[in-house]
Amino acid sequence: MFYREAGDIKTSYVDDGQTFPIRLDRQLYFSALIVAWGVIPFLVDDYWANAVLLPFLIYAIAAIGLNILVGYCGQVSLGTGGFMAVGAYAVYKLMTAMPEVNILIHVFLAGGITALVGVLFGLPSLRIKGFYLAVATLAAQFFLVWLFNRVPWFYNYSASGQITAPERTIFGVVVTGANSETWATYLVCLFFVTLAALIARNLTRGAIGRQWMAIRDMDIAAEIIGVNPLSAKLGAFAVSSFFIGVSGALFFAVYLGAVEVGEVFGINKSFLVLFMIIIGGLGSILGSFAGAAFLVLLPVLLKNVLVGGLNWPTDLAAHLEFMIVGALIVIFLVAEPHGIAQLWRLAKEKLRLWPFPH
Amino acid sequence: MIHAATKGAEASGDSPLATDKAGDPILELRDISLSFGGVAAIKDVSFDILEGEIRAIIGPNGAGKSSILNVISGFYVPQEGRIVYRGARRPSLKPYQVARQGIARTFQSIALFEGMSVLDNVMTGRINHMRSGLLSQALWRGRAEREEVENRKFCEGIIDFLEIQHIRKTRVAQLPYGLKKRVELARALASEPKLLLLDEPMAGMSVEEKEDMCRFILYVNDEIGTTIALIEHDMGVVMDLSDRVVVMDYGRKIGDGSPDEIRNNQAVIDAYLGVVHD
Repeated sequence: MFYREAGDIKTSYVDDGQTFPIRLDRQLYFSALIVAWGVIPFLVDDYWANAVLLPFLIYAIAAIGLNILVGYCGQVSLGTGGFMAVGAYAVYKLMTAMPEVNILIHVFLAGGITALVGVLFGLPSLRIKGFYLAVATLAAQFFLVWLFNRVPWFYNYSASGQITAPERTIFGVVVTGANSETWATYLVCLFFVTLAALIARNLTRGAIGRQWMAIRDMDIAAEIIGVNPLSAKLGAFAVSSFFIGVSGALFFAVYLGAVEVGEVFGINKSFLVLFMIIIGGLGSILGSFAGAAFLVLLPVLLKNVLVGGLNWPTDLAAHLEFMIVGALIVIFLVAEPHGIAQLWRLAKEKLRLWPFPH
Repeated sequence: MIHAATKGAEASGDSPLATDKAGDPILELRDISLSFGGVAAIKDVSFDILEGEIRAIIGPNGAGKSSILNVISGFYVPQEGRIVYRGARRPSLKPYQVARQGIARTFQSIALFEGMSVLDNVMTGRINHMRSGLLSQALWRGRAEREEVENRKFCEGIIDFLEIQHIRKTRVAQLPYGLKKRVELARALASEPKLLLLDEPMAGMSVEEKEDMCRFILYVNDEIGTTIALIEHDMGVVMDLSDRVVVMDYGRKIGDGSPDEIRNNQAVIDAYLGVVHD
């Protein structure tokens, strides 16, 4: 009834190629942006920021990054945790080596450094694919964590072996360290999420994205049409690692403040982000957000219901939480293997016809 | 179908068109031999493809026809022989480098990008005509956006011509076989090839679909001027469409000439009807 492309006639290819061709989608998108940028910063408190919003935003960046590699280019990676660690340690070294430079620039640079590391570990993808590539990236995961644990230069020879984010400001507002302003940390993460989503969308709808998807769907045909597999695959590794590096940098500097590499950026992190994009939907930007939201919100929600609502003991709730999250993931994937993004697409298809059955 | 009529005249004798069309060789295969381990797929095969013609490659199953196309498109590197493309000897190239030289192809078993829309599939064919960098594409400003629109216009022309407008935003995986074949042709045409290789473009099609496909092939050859080399099993189609025919059997070339000559060639008849090889 109200969700139609009918009457919304496109008269140019620019209009036809836009991200949200249907008016209601556009309105939803812009209202989400307005709420995120204009309303939430005034309402956000410590609990919401630290339990929900910051992890959601940062994981969304990582999920977008991994989705570019796995969902769009078809190269399976289990090295996400390691690449996030590269971003975190890069931003730490940059922050301590050049304290006068703005932290935003450091985060970008950390992304760039991670992109280089990603390309390096992406080289095996030129010879192997599928599970074998996954195992090769697993090597990256373990090697990088080992490296940051064993080489004291990376953690500036601190006694604990941890890295701790020094206090840095943007326009005079503290965004890292113990005294950071909650709303400011939220805005920093939001800035990078918005940027990541826009860039990822633009790349995936253009020539580069088509090369990635061509490689994913049929690499032989892609090559015959003129796609250079070397540049397409390594490009995907670079862009993907850039986003993952940025998310790692934010995770350390803005969110946690102090990091012990094996604990925070271990193999569990790789699996977590991979689950996010599988549950959210491979090859979908929206799916990256949905998956991140699902896996960040679900434990918080369960905890609130079990401990807060039903007054269960905390330890029992914590164990049950694992079981319930696990069961939900299984049920969800059986019911809809293509993830939340596909559910959303189906819902929109229905809505387009509503109230008519056909 | 005026064109089909002239084609018929050409096939039936010495039409002036035959000499008009035939230009210089665009591609020459000289003494090509290819073997996999002990199995020889192609033995000492030479032939040329002239600019502007439709060249058919026929032969029984396992004769080495597809291997020939794979050699031309760079999948296989022949152990012996050389390839001369547009007057110069071609070094051994990767498939994507061959594509950049203006050779496009379709596959016997459809090789489309199933997860992408028809439009995206066709646009992928324009890959060598898009030059914008990563930054421009990331920001969707300047060159990236301009190129996207220009190439979209070009692709829409091909989509119109192949009559697949109604499915341009459909995912390829949802299409029936006949349409997929057409989309694959569209993708190959989008690269504006100088030489188009078609590996059994009409296999498994209904009569109507075959007629449509013949029409498209003739149009591409006639109006766009694309040189075409095709493998096909339907003899009626081959004899009607092609200017010259190469016949292969057991990896060797056993016949080469106009459709009429081939029809009356004893070696070809033997190969198809089967005689005892001594």
